[in-house]
Amino acid sequence: MDHTVNRIIDTELNKNEPLVDGPLRIGTHSLNSRLIVGTGKYDTLDLMRDSLAASHSECVTVAVRRERLYDRDGKNLLDYIDLSRYTLLPNTAGCYNAIDAVRVAKLGREILRSLENPGADWVKLEVLGDSKTLLPDPIATLEACQRLVDEGFQVLCYTSDDPIMAVRLKAAGAACVMPAGSPIGSGQGILNPNNLTIILEYLKSDDPTYPVIVDAGVGTASDVAFAFELGADGVLLNTAIAHARQPVRMAAAMHHATQAGRLAYLAGRIPKRLYAQASSPEEGTITSRPW
Amino acid sequence: MFTIQFNGQPKQIEDGISVEELLLSAGVPTKFCAVELNLEIVPKHEYRSQIVKAGDAIEVVTLVGGG
Repeated sequence: MDHTVNRIIDTELNKNEPLVDGPLRIGTHSLNSRLIVGTGKYDTLDLMRDSLAASHSECVTVAVRRERLYDRDGKNLLDYIDLSRYTLLPNTAGCYNAIDAVRVAKLGREILRSLENPGADWVKLEVLGDSKTLLPDPIATLEACQRLVDEGFQVLCYTSDDPIMAVRLKAAGAACVMPAGSPIGSGQGILNPNNLTIILEYLKSDDPTYPVIVDAGVGTASDVAFAFELGADGVLLNTAIAHARQPVRMAAAMHHATQAGRLAYLAGRIPKRLYAQASSPEEGTITSRPW
Repeated sequence: MFTIQFNGQPKQIEDGISVEELLLSAGVPTKFCAVELNLEIVPKHEYRSQIVKAGDAIEVVTLVGGG
């Protein structure tokens, strides 16, 4: 347990209100929900809108794609997202090199500026190395991160769970490092909690408020709770809600898991022990023991 | 008439057409889009004055669902 982190959290929170958590702060942004959700893969836009609402998230990711010029059904994603309620976080999904990622980030910024959405100054950077694993290309990711920081973006950087890479991205100026729990859309949860713990320790060693978000791999609510219990500041997920049998219900579950995991982290879990420790008094028993 | 690349496809357009007229003729609502001309973003206030030339590559993008 990193006690430096706890001290900072304790000073931010009102101890008389143990159920109150502080906001998630990323760069200049402040979010009251620590859950960020994607808007992809929903069967219908109505289902997406209702799922976003049930997740209580204040920030949703979006992708930049060509206008469908020849098969328009007349519906735009943004007709289903209340821009006064959600901060958009445009991503660079589908980019496999730094040049494309910077290009897509700039186009996303241009759209958000015209919408006057506060998300215009940040980007979820994702530079992939391989379409089968969707694992990030670390070299291209670092290069793109540096270029976007130079362009004035607040970069929320998707990366693997490699602690050294996470350190390099923070040093390059990323506003937030977002290690994957497991491959995108895989639903495998957090495969390497030890690496995530090391990332949290390293990135917060000189600044306990530096945000680390677990991005990708979540399969169900317990994965979200686990990420927060480990000390993550936020969780970003998409498929686990969009492809659940009942997305709206799963979105609510993710909201509760966010609160449960975060409060458990703030409360401070008991250490694990090899042997049992009785909850009832050892003294005053009227029974005999076998040995 | 001449040819440009419009979202990766060849497109015949008339001489002297502006970005705004091009978007209008293609039925693209400009509310939610961004335009890139030869890899440079065209700001919305330049849609009317920016003239498209032969061989130009134009990308018109919008936001879609994503994670």
